[in-house]
Amino acid sequence: MIEHDFLSLNNAGCAGMAEIPVVDIHIFRNTVINAVTEGSRILSLFVCPVDRQMRLFAVLGHGGKSRIYIVSSIIGDAYPSLTPACPQAERFEREIAEQWSIRPEGHPWLKPIRFHHFYGGPADVWKHLPADWIPPGVIDGIKVESDEMHEVAVGPVHAGIIEPGHFRFQCHGEHIYHMEICLGYQHRGIEQALVGGPDQRTIGFMETLAGDTSIGHATAGCQMIEALSADNVSARAYALRGIALELERIANHTGDLGALAGDIGYLPVAAGCGRLRGDFLNLTAEICGNRFGRGLVRPGGVAFDLSHKAVTQIVVRLEKTFKQVQSTVSLLWENPSVLARFEETGKITKKLCLDLGLVGPVARAGGVERDSRFEFPTGVYRMAHIPVATCHTGDVMGRAYVRWLEIQRSTAFIRQQLQNLPIAPIRTKTGQLSPNGIAVSVVEGWRGEICHVALTDGQGRFLHYKVVDPSFHNWMGLQMAMRDEQISDFPICNKSFNLSYCGHDL
Amino acid sequence: MLKELKTRIQQGYHTMTYPAGPPPDLPERFSGKPAIDDSICTAGCVLCLESCPAGAIFRETISGKIRIDMGRCIFCRNCEAVCPNSAVRFTRDFKLAACCREDLIIDHTAHKTAAFHETAHKIFGRSLKLRQVSAGGCNACEADTHVLNTLVWDLARFGIQFTASPRHADGLLVTGPVSKNMKTALEKTYHAVPKPKIVIAVGACAISGGIYRDLPEVCNGVSGVIPVDLYVPGCPPHPLTILDALLRFLGKTDR
Repeated sequence: MIEHDFLSLNNAGCAGMAEIPVVDIHIFRNTVINAVTEGSRILSLFVCPVDRQMRLFAVLGHGGKSRIYIVSSIIGDAYPSLTPACPQAERFEREIAEQWSIRPEGHPWLKPIRFHHFYGGPADVWKHLPADWIPPGVIDGIKVESDEMHEVAVGPVHAGIIEPGHFRFQCHGEHIYHMEICLGYQHRGIEQALVGGPDQRTIGFMETLAGDTSIGHATAGCQMIEALSADNVSARAYALRGIALELERIANHTGDLGALAGDIGYLPVAAGCGRLRGDFLNLTAEICGNRFGRGLVRPGGVAFDLSHKAVTQIVVRLEKTFKQVQSTVSLLWENPSVLARFEETGKITKKLCLDLGLVGPVARAGGVERDSRFEFPTGVYRMAHIPVATCHTGDVMGRAYVRWLEIQRSTAFIRQQLQNLPIAPIRTKTGQLSPNGIAVSVVEGWRGEICHVALTDGQGRFLHYKVVDPSFHNWMGLQMAMRDEQISDFPICNKSFNLSYCGHDL
Repeated sequence: MLKELKTRIQQGYHTMTYPAGPPPDLPERFSGKPAIDDSICTAGCVLCLESCPAGAIFRETISGKIRIDMGRCIFCRNCEAVCPNSAVRFTRDFKLAACCREDLIIDHTAHKTAAFHETAHKIFGRSLKLRQVSAGGCNACEADTHVLNTLVWDLARFGIQFTASPRHADGLLVTGPVSKNMKTALEKTYHAVPKPKIVIAVGACAISGGIYRDLPEVCNGVSGVIPVDLYVPGCPPHPLTILDALLRFLGKTDR
């Protein structure tokens, strides 16, 4: 990769818009494809109108170099698609087509992803007019035609207490040839609502991009505001953010292990972990009053401090809860019928993880050492390192076991942080955002890499705000994991990914 | 098997005794029902109004007094933090639910919100089956509703259960502001529930659109799409608030 083709940034770094190279679309395409071949990956790919011209931005990350690279190109109403040569661009290009009615020529799978009207102009690439109703979930899906095949349609309203999505399985008996996922039901239009900010609602939007990742997204959003306003955050605030982020991870991973056990009918672990997840959420509530950490992470630091007494109490409760998780979860690994269901189910290869740009525990379970806390550390993670947990199997077992490893490592991290909390004020005042700037903020949420990119206008307001939830990368992974599986294994495969619908739909 | 039993014995019994016994401990910084003291509120001050991200706080047109709409409040406590006189504060009262939308508006009186529903009590008092519909929210309300199924809360002991199909349900429990893309699905699910039926809106989004209010992609809550019988405020409501709502609604606890 030739570095001068790009603007190079650190995570949570900021630069002037003028510093971003603008190149011809063919050069753009080759530069991005080459960089991905050489070990970078697409963190974000989006279009933003700048000075009345549609500009395509690619934000790449190179874990080994711990650097973020940005390049851009001015495009018309069509451009040559990157997807055939670089599959990780697949969903980004569909998003671009849907939002801006710009056709990626040669895209193999050009369908809407969120089923909304596009941001301007007469008709979108699917010829939906502004007055048309765009029926969600209606797409030209892949169909396997045969008298012996049948199609199973599920959702958007599911059987459990979960978010809406529509799944179509192409089945021969129990055997799944292909599954297609249609999302967009949770689309609230948050990215558009963030334009013109930051304002009173900005942080509330961050905290609800994906409710179970309130801390993750709020941290990414605050890091963004701090990067653009060149604010310093105290070491104590960083530590408290890290503690909250790891608590969020432990709570969700514990819940996931319980849900996996529930789906195979192994009730001791399902019941135990379901309860223990709540105990971790209650620890977050001890810090800020809210079980999901709402109200804690704020631009310039955190809104709540911990007294010495509260720290001691949290340490005691954490130890007690962790011990119970340990005894409950260990039942999973010792039970042959659990292992029989988990092993070799929903398998994805390391190559697939790399090609599709999968992130988080899903990628790590496939043997990819990918963790933004390690690759692009910010805040407390620059000082304290958490070993990256990986597994090489790429199956449900791998994804479950990586979660267990992360529970242990995050617990150790929280313990260590609580015992050495730096003494400092918890919040500093944030200033104005720098005008005509760009910043990238990456945080390792419990599902994986969260990436926010913001561009500011001449007044220092958000001109564009791009959110990439880890689920955005990983939904395609779930579709691939289901191929040649049995339909009865869908629940555990789905739980082992546990992706966010609202985080994807925004 | 022996290991499972050993773990079970080590962990002990966890189902709470509430409502017969005391409610579970709430965190020290828990945000419950807001309270307003008109007597110390500076006339004409707009600090709290400007600080509210959800537009939940307003001055009554005639009296000019501060009021908080719990149906829109996301309990961020910004208003409490900016008020120089501490005229607004958040209590630890977790009983927030009401059958009547107007009842969610907090004034200077510490009025109790009425959640008892005569018909629901008569028909569903001993068995209530609900279908949950997630309609455009952030999944936090869903998560804290789901928690009621864990053994700590054990919702089934009250005869309340979540079913897999609207055809088997007595009503809907809806979360989220109702995104435009979920409107049809919500309507269809509602019509698939046999009569008589009830609808419960859980969370600020489901009541009023919450933080997403007036965004072009949302419908500002459930009541604009299907009729609502019970409102449960919060962002998200604590599981205890949801449990209390269901119990008072059915007349299973202090009304």
